[in-house]
Amino acid sequence: MEERLPILQMKDIYKQFPGVKALSGVQFRLFPGEVHALMGENGAGKSTLIKVLTGVYAIDRGYVELEQKRIQIQSPQDAQAAGISTVYQEVNLCPNLSVAENIFIGREPRRLGRILWKELNRAAAKLLEERMNLSIDVSQPLHSYPIAIQQLVAIARALNISAKVLILDEPTSSLDRGEVRQLFDVMNKLKREGLAILFVTHFLDQVYEISDRITILRGGEFVGEYAASALPRIELVSKMIGKELELLEELPKLQAEAGDEGGEIVLEARSLGRKGAVEPFDLSIRKGEIVGLAGLLGSGRTETARLLFGADRADQGTLRIGDTGSVHTPRQAIDQGIAFCSEDRKGEGIIDDLTIRENIVLALQASQGWFRTISKKRQSEIAEQFIEALNINPPNPDQLIKNLSGGNQQKVLLARWLLTDPKLLILDEPTRGIDIGAKAEIQKLVMSLSEKGMSVLFISSELEEVLRVSDRIAVLRDRRKVKEMSGDEMSEQLVLKAIAGGGEG
Amino acid sequence: MKHHLFWPLTVLALLLLFNLLYDPSFFSIKIRDGHLYGTLIDILNFGAPLMLVAIGMTLVIATKGIDLSVGSIVAITGAMACLTISKGADQNALGLVLTAVGLSLALSLALGLWNGFLVAGVGIQPIIATLILMVAGRGIAQLITSGQIITVTSDRYEYIGAGALFTLPFSIFIVAAVFAAASLLTRKTAIGMFIEAVGNKPVASRLAGIRSRSVVIAVYLFCGLCAGIAGLILSSNVSSADGNNAGLWYELDAILAVVIGGTSLNGGRFYLAGTVIGALIIQTLTTTIYMTGVPPEITLVVKAFVVLVVCLIQSESFRKTLTHRWKTRRYPAEKELTRHA
Repeated sequence: MEERLPILQMKDIYKQFPGVKALSGVQFRLFPGEVHALMGENGAGKSTLIKVLTGVYAIDRGYVELEQKRIQIQSPQDAQAAGISTVYQEVNLCPNLSVAENIFIGREPRRLGRILWKELNRAAAKLLEERMNLSIDVSQPLHSYPIAIQQLVAIARALNISAKVLILDEPTSSLDRGEVRQLFDVMNKLKREGLAILFVTHFLDQVYEISDRITILRGGEFVGEYAASALPRIELVSKMIGKELELLEELPKLQAEAGDEGGEIVLEARSLGRKGAVEPFDLSIRKGEIVGLAGLLGSGRTETARLLFGADRADQGTLRIGDTGSVHTPRQAIDQGIAFCSEDRKGEGIIDDLTIRENIVLALQASQGWFRTISKKRQSEIAEQFIEALNINPPNPDQLIKNLSGGNQQKVLLARWLLTDPKLLILDEPTRGIDIGAKAEIQKLVMSLSEKGMSVLFISSELEEVLRVSDRIAVLRDRRKVKEMSGDEMSEQLVLKAIAGGGEG
Repeated sequence: MKHHLFWPLTVLALLLLFNLLYDPSFFSIKIRDGHLYGTLIDILNFGAPLMLVAIGMTLVIATKGIDLSVGSIVAITGAMACLTISKGADQNALGLVLTAVGLSLALSLALGLWNGFLVAGVGIQPIIATLILMVAGRGIAQLITSGQIITVTSDRYEYIGAGALFTLPFSIFIVAAVFAAASLLTRKTAIGMFIEAVGNKPVASRLAGIRSRSVVIAVYLFCGLCAGIAGLILSSNVSSADGNNAGLWYELDAILAVVIGGTSLNGGRFYLAGTVIGALIIQTLTTTIYMTGVPPEITLVVKAFVVLVVCLIQSESFRKTLTHRWKTRRYPAEKELTRHA
């Protein structure tokens, strides 16, 4: 295999955004007839690399060679013309057009300006049949088929336009198991036909199932390129997270003792699950306990949190909170004393147009209803209290929240939920994208809250952080809860092992 | 940053200034029979229905919605009131007039509820949901009037739109009352904050526990009521109901007033006072066009042009481009200077 020449080679790629080095010195090679997985955590530079390759961004330094010839990719059209096609996670075809139209849009067979519909449908059916092993009615609108089929149609379209290099950016994230199987069959077939496939996914099992080679990025830097068969899972994970296993040292734990076993159960989930989001899991959280959720991006952490908060409806299992019943909507969850700080601070957290003060009182006011109004004076008092307690900057309750930095917005959202005095606080990536000082403050706050009897479900991609604050850790992998550990069992190594799973390295 | 009323007030002031220069009698106010008369008073009086409809529309738009059916609701309520009165033996009887008003307002609430139900309950996009009533409403109004113009002779009913209180048109007091009620409800209770939150970030609002459905239904309900009151004023002013033409194009003027007043069609922050000034701008503009003797064929074109300018002035990015252009135009000269130096 090594004798062959790579079809695509990216050399010493540099890309800088204002204030961020997105890529520095990244290498990437792709051979014909292989599936090559590009791995890395959030901010590792995967998407930037793909965008560079597909002409969305221009590179600052370095070069790209396709079939040993240097190419300049300045636009997605250039990439397509050169033979590089991309299928994104969200199928970006036109759902209301027919399958055949989607495949040939812009390149319909014509005569005298008239589209030859019969010819169009016949060619589309043939293409799907031959390359995708898929026989469907191509005259039906695309949206009448499940996502998996749409995905295959997108691939067929990409292949039909130009087919030397195919980039699949998280194609499996919304597919169920059978559908993934179907996609992999197609990928294997294409691979045998000599296509070079760049595959991005967060599912480790899938990486090992389909890939021949793995390139790892971390923090915009090139970590290494490995043959999949020669890279144990645990090593892959530690390279992605950036911890050499040998160098791991036990972190000093700040909390005095593990959560007391006797505390009353605040929340109990039994085989709670939702198809396509997270497989059924059991989880119970006691009073005053901090439970950490660890796992890679896309492992189902957020989905778990959303089920517990009623943001998404579970389609199986039961959820009990305290002595009372179940939760189907966020409103009910809040009434039961649950609070949820979403990881998507901008989209699901802050209300841009409102002030710090209004953002803080929002949840409490919502649970009080329309007319039991918190007076403006009281609102300002509350806001000032939290501004002081959480060190929110600028210390002006009437500042619009959209003008705050990420860390300060996060603190305002924390204040919003603390004000409702919840029994259980769910924090999804509370420290992502904020500076170290604010990070430490938030961690400290979480621990002091638990001392006062509040339970916390703490979700973070940063393992150290989860280990430091949690009394107990549940590990998720590929949308399944795979392990739960507490007390002395909780070590970075064990958690890493659980995250990696499979052959145990 | 300038106060949000700065630009609307500037535009209104400019319009008034134009009139002052063109014909100073624009500002003359006379007292006749203990009533005030004059162009300015007329603007307030004739602008009252628009201000009311626009106030309701403001809250709808703040939730990222829109209500196209207000013009039809105006026609329906006017028709309902006039029909009820015309059936009475004594058209001037207080009980009859009150019944007519009550019936019409109840009907307008029901229509608002229908809109709210379609938007929040069924989940139809607001522009489509309210388009249904916009189209059907004209038909309903004509059904009520049996396709005729119903004329009534009732001094009591006429008082609503043409009467005077403390020398001023009574309709002004109605507007003031509705405006005060809306301001109090939205600023002294939490409803205003909920409306802004739902309009600005529906997902985040849901996760914060706001019952957005009831918020949305409430604003359409209120908007329907405002249109209903406007319908009463309009039909009472002319003592007749015209299912075809009453309130025609009101939805467009109302949306315009809201936008001129500084509330974004993207939802979120809303400005009731801005809306009222926006409505006054539109009414003043209409009056000005008539008074300056613009040929009737092109009044709409002139109006459209002025509205376009007003909207552009309102836009921060447009003002920036303008000032930027103006500044960059000097660059070549500056370069020239530095080269010589």
